[in-house]
Amino acid sequence: MLRFLALRLARAGVTIVLVVTFAFVVLRLSGDPALTIMSPDAPPAALAAFRHEWGLDQPVWVQYLRYFGAILHGELGQSMRDGRPAMALVIERLPATLMLTVPALLLKIGLGVPAGIHAALHRNSMTDRVVMAGAVAGFTVPSFVLGLLLVLVFAVHLGWLPSGGDDSWRGAILPVVTLGLGGAGILARFTRSAMLEVLGQPYIRTASAKGVPWRLVVRGHALPNAAIPTVTVVGFMVGTLIAGAVVVESVFSWPGVGRLLVVAVSNRDLAVVQCVLLLVASTMVAANLTVDLLYGLLDPRLRGQATAGAH
Amino acid sequence: MSARAPASPLVRIRGLQVAFGGLPALRGIDLDVTAGESVGLVGESGCGKSVTWLAALGLLPGTAQVSGSVQLGGEELLGAAPAALDRVRGGRVAMIFQDPASALNPVQRVGRQVMEALRLHRGMDGPAARAEARRLFDQVGIPDAARRIDAYPHEMSGGQNQRVMIAMALAGRPELLVADEPTTALDATIQAQILDLLRRLQAETGMALVLISHDLGVVADMCDRVGVMYAGRIVEHAPAEALFDRPAHPYTRGLLAALPEMTGPRRRLDAIPGGVPEPWNMPPGCAFAPRCAHAAAACAAGPPGFRQAGPGHQAACVMPARAAVPA
Repeated sequence: MLRFLALRLARAGVTIVLVVTFAFVVLRLSGDPALTIMSPDAPPAALAAFRHEWGLDQPVWVQYLRYFGAILHGELGQSMRDGRPAMALVIERLPATLMLTVPALLLKIGLGVPAGIHAALHRNSMTDRVVMAGAVAGFTVPSFVLGLLLVLVFAVHLGWLPSGGDDSWRGAILPVVTLGLGGAGILARFTRSAMLEVLGQPYIRTASAKGVPWRLVVRGHALPNAAIPTVTVVGFMVGTLIAGAVVVESVFSWPGVGRLLVVAVSNRDLAVVQCVLLLVASTMVAANLTVDLLYGLLDPRLRGQATAGAH
Repeated sequence: MSARAPASPLVRIRGLQVAFGGLPALRGIDLDVTAGESVGLVGESGCGKSVTWLAALGLLPGTAQVSGSVQLGGEELLGAAPAALDRVRGGRVAMIFQDPASALNPVQRVGRQVMEALRLHRGMDGPAARAEARRLFDQVGIPDAARRIDAYPHEMSGGQNQRVMIAMALAGRPELLVADEPTTALDATIQAQILDLLRRLQAETGMALVLISHDLGVVADMCDRVGVMYAGRIVEHAPAEALFDRPAHPYTRGLLAALPEMTGPRRRLDAIPGGVPEPWNMPPGCAFAPRCAHAAAACAAGPPGFRQAGPGHQAACVMPARAAVPA
């Protein structure tokens, strides 16, 4: 078990290094922070001073190594824009983002899982078709379209809710619904197909053949087995808690991590971008690790393998 | 075992028909099972042996169209309320299946799956159910029952899992056990052990046994009476000995000719030429006629009815007498 965990953690570390490297390379190649932050019309001496101050006059590989060395010392750098520690900037935005993504996750699970189960149990019925059509619409309509549509109806026409720029709970409703509906559609489809797969298994027939009432066959035999693939998708959604709202935050001018990321990228504010990515990658990795451990809990067959890895 | 006059069978199936998407899978089955007897159903895969009993117990998917009559002790099962069927299934009629590894819930301990049947049909819970499950595990010959009761299906062998399935079937003290190819997925020595177990349990409990198999040898060994099925119908029906000594239907004779003999000189095994007609392409008369060496014009006229070929021995062939001449 310990070896299993150590292996997982090592792999997670590699993932994070790759993500950070990729971000460094892309941001360095795509523009000069001095020009975007200082403006291209700034005097050359000022630009040179800026570059010198942030080490941008060094060769790229030196900058890369310095950057990594700093990360290893827990030093995540300062924003080139206002000189504040990058991590502080990100953490400051975190509550606003979580205020959207956590309720949205609950909405995805609370809506998607029951809808998928219901559709599977009434396969090819009218409700199945309606649920599946809704699910397809939910995840094919891009979130900015859905967001604007909801604004149009509930903010502009009905005037019930603010259209954005309001970070109270009322302002959170439309972005949460926008995020939640798409995810609920994905989850409904996954849950449905997982349930259909399980309902076709011989052990379901065995349960019926021993006289278990259908309701209990579903609850006691089908759901625990269908939970295994469904948990994977939910785990992936947990992994997007921090960065999953970039588009929606922009649509609703929500002061969260997503909008910070957009601004930081357009300014080539490397330290801030790296901080956000580091946080995102860590959440993803932590979510995946949790899913792996949950598998062992849900499926005794995998428990054997996890411990077998320890020998 | 409740006393029942032999005249009124435990299970009485009449005109049972099943179709999937309009295509017939069963084309009128009549079959009686008397309390305590053992009946074999043989035929190649797809002939409807399993479908007969899945339909009788309401275990087919909702898309199957089922008609006819299945009575258990006079009570009609087709179209019965779900609650009534749930009492019958696992209570009065239990069923075990071909592949025990996939027939058990992989994420539940085997003991719990047996205890579920005990709770449903005998109202047992807690330590009493656990003790009874242990007794059942002992009865079906699972060694170290006290420990194995907490194992998961993947931690046990195929033969052990089939014993668990049998323990689960016995939990409701059924009057009839339907064993659907119970040994097909197991290797030969385990096969023999499971068949011995079924025979012993039948003697101990007095329950009736329906053994569904494509293996004539297994059926000959285990059963009092045998029904031979072909393309959704029973084509011959006889006491086991009579069927193997004097097969009356050409299909049965073909099946027996395809079996190797344990004694005597080696010989080429005779295969039946041709294949089973597809459900959408059934001949109007005898379904076996296109493959039959004795087929005549009369065979195509309509489905042949049963003719007597001996005491308790019937064959659905227009000329069973001629066909009965030893091959």
